[in-house]
Amino acid sequence: MTFHGSGLRPLSIATAVVLVAAFALAAFYAPEDADQGIIQKIFYIHVPIAIVALCGFVAGGIMGLQYLRTRDRVWDLRSYVAIHLSLILGVAVLVTGSIWARGSWGVWWTWDEPMLVSFLIVFLLYATYQPLRFSIEDPERQARYASVFAIVAGAWVPINFAAVRMADSFIHPRTLGTTTGGMPGEMMFTFLVALVGVALLYVTLWKFEMTAKQTRGQIRALRRRLAGEQAPPAGAGRSAAPQVHV
Amino acid sequence: MSSTPSTATTGTDPAPAGPVVELDGVTRAYGERVALADVTLTVTAGTTLVVFGPNGAGKSTLLRILATLLRPHGGTARVLGHELPRQAWAVRGKVGLLGHDPLLYRELTVRENLRFHARLHGVAEERIDALLEATALTARADDPVRTLSRGLAQRAAVCRAVLHDPPLLLLDEPRANLDPRSVELVEPLIGRGSGRTRVVTSHDPRGGLAEADVALGLRDGRPALLRPAGDVGADEIGALYR
Amino acid sequence: MRHAVAAILRKDLRVELRTAESVPAMTLFAVTTFVLFRFGLDREELDGDLAAGVLWVTLLFAAVLGINRVFVAEQEQGGFDGFLLAPVDRTAMFVAKAIALFCFLAVVELAAIPAYSILLLGPSPWEPLPGLLLVLALGNAGIAIVGTLVAGIAVRTRARDLIGPLVTLPLLVPVVLASSEATAALLAAGGPDGLPGRWLAILAIYDLVFALVAYGVFDFLLED
Repeated sequence: MTFHGSGLRPLSIATAVVLVAAFALAAFYAPEDADQGIIQKIFYIHVPIAIVALCGFVAGGIMGLQYLRTRDRVWDLRSYVAIHLSLILGVAVLVTGSIWARGSWGVWWTWDEPMLVSFLIVFLLYATYQPLRFSIEDPERQARYASVFAIVAGAWVPINFAAVRMADSFIHPRTLGTTTGGMPGEMMFTFLVALVGVALLYVTLWKFEMTAKQTRGQIRALRRRLAGEQAPPAGAGRSAAPQVHV
Repeated sequence: MSSTPSTATTGTDPAPAGPVVELDGVTRAYGERVALADVTLTVTAGTTLVVFGPNGAGKSTLLRILATLLRPHGGTARVLGHELPRQAWAVRGKVGLLGHDPLLYRELTVRENLRFHARLHGVAEERIDALLEATALTARADDPVRTLSRGLAQRAAVCRAVLHDPPLLLLDEPRANLDPRSVELVEPLIGRGSGRTRVVTSHDPRGGLAEADVALGLRDGRPALLRPAGDVGADEIGALYR
Repeated sequence: MRHAVAAILRKDLRVELRTAESVPAMTLFAVTTFVLFRFGLDREELDGDLAAGVLWVTLLFAAVLGINRVFVAEQEQGGFDGFLLAPVDRTAMFVAKAIALFCFLAVVELAAIPAYSILLLGPSPWEPLPGLLLVLALGNAGIAIVGTLVAGIAVRTRARDLIGPLVTLPLLVPVVLASSEATAALLAAGGPDGLPGRWLAILAIYDLVFALVAYGVFDFLLED
């Protein structure tokens, strides 16, 4: 199995640097929005997280496809971690969106923001991923069915997003962006830095979790070998996460 | 390469070139539990392999792998010259599986069930009537399967299993739900007299050995014995269960 | 493959005709839900957005009842094994089951839509009928395709009756959304507004994408 931990340290450092830069830019460099005030700055974390999460879900689908093509369990693990992390980011999208709504409009939720609504539905779908995995005992079938789910859901994410965006009630959204039309250069620059930072964060966390799971699997295999190749008792290993066998 | 001309396929065709079943180190696991390990054997055309072993020994798993319903997890398996699972599609339609489940829809009549399977396998419908006659089911052919007794349903299942004239029969305790009359009726279809290659599982040491050419004993998924049936005593089979 | 699809489809239609397991229950459920909406919303006449929403949400939940049963007979009566032993393309089962589900939905709507018009609908259903049929056809196709696919995933898991609806409902949100928007214009209070093309386009794209995905992926659900 390829080792995913290579380059983890430089990657983590780069992530930290870019994220700090993004925060600094958002706080001190980017102009304040005329209408919404300082609360608008949540845009610099809310939208990049959303974009990265959506890409993560689609990537999870592609990795599921690779599993079906190669039958190499690594791809199933990669898909699982990608979806799992994207789901956490998705929750962050809902939380930051909620904070923004509260700060701007005094309500904890608004149906007028297509991003927020899309992510609510995305969350509802992907929240079934782990229960689905958990309800299938045979690990090979679990990986196969999870991959099918990842592919179907990955194909669905863009369509869902487009459909929600197009719905009439969203023609005049309460923009979590700017109310003055196009984005001035400083905002765009800050936004891009933030986007790169979040993307790096995602990749770092993904590699980190892959490495952790791989290592745990290796330790388990070594322990088993030390104990004289006894297979673990049946039922001990049932979980929603793919087991790594080295 | 066979020198016999290939005619319309019937189960009693001149032997296809090479053995019907070739297994080499075949393994199958369910999660961490090993269902079959290191099974190596060959079944030549027209012969009968009887598989013995206690419940959970892997007999049904072996049959299902040969039927292409399960993929082997390790080793190589060839049925009728085709490698599983890569060429499983070529094997389907050439094996007949008979198990505890008759695989018939309860709300449909016997005839409707057989017609359904005939359509799936591309078999002419005349064959249905011939089989119903042979198993003395013509009188009940238009009754829903749920109205049939276990024995009659199993008889109908036999019709389903041989409907497409498969060269290889996979029988999981075929006599389990059949009364003596039924056993008599189905013997020419699925017994030694049918001339087909058969892999049969059995819990009956004496009866099983009597109809076997080769005996395989499984214990905990591993082959405990594999010898021509004539060399095996009933007590050795009994030892598998202890 | 056509023969296999036809054989399975005929079998399913025959079994449904004989046992009447799904369709009557779905229809009854739909009509009961209309009654519930009348009291829940405290309205006796609906039009436009509200009418479309009530109709499609009801149809969706009625469909979920049917989706739960799509593969149950195969699972319980050994139908999967029998089919897997046949020399046919495995996707034939998906196609046949999806068509069967589409037919069941159509029959349910044959009874439920008139009931809806009588019980709750304000504007006359006759004028927008052709448009309505088109939206129903596209919407049903989406529900049938995705429903059958999810049923295929759910049937061999342990909590199959729960996982099925939980996964299906979010996946069908775009269908309900697009169908509702299209229907709302047709059921406007002052007469139909004309068919909004872009919602039909979304439905058509959805149907096409998931038909292709299902076609490619269904095989993997059946093998072992």
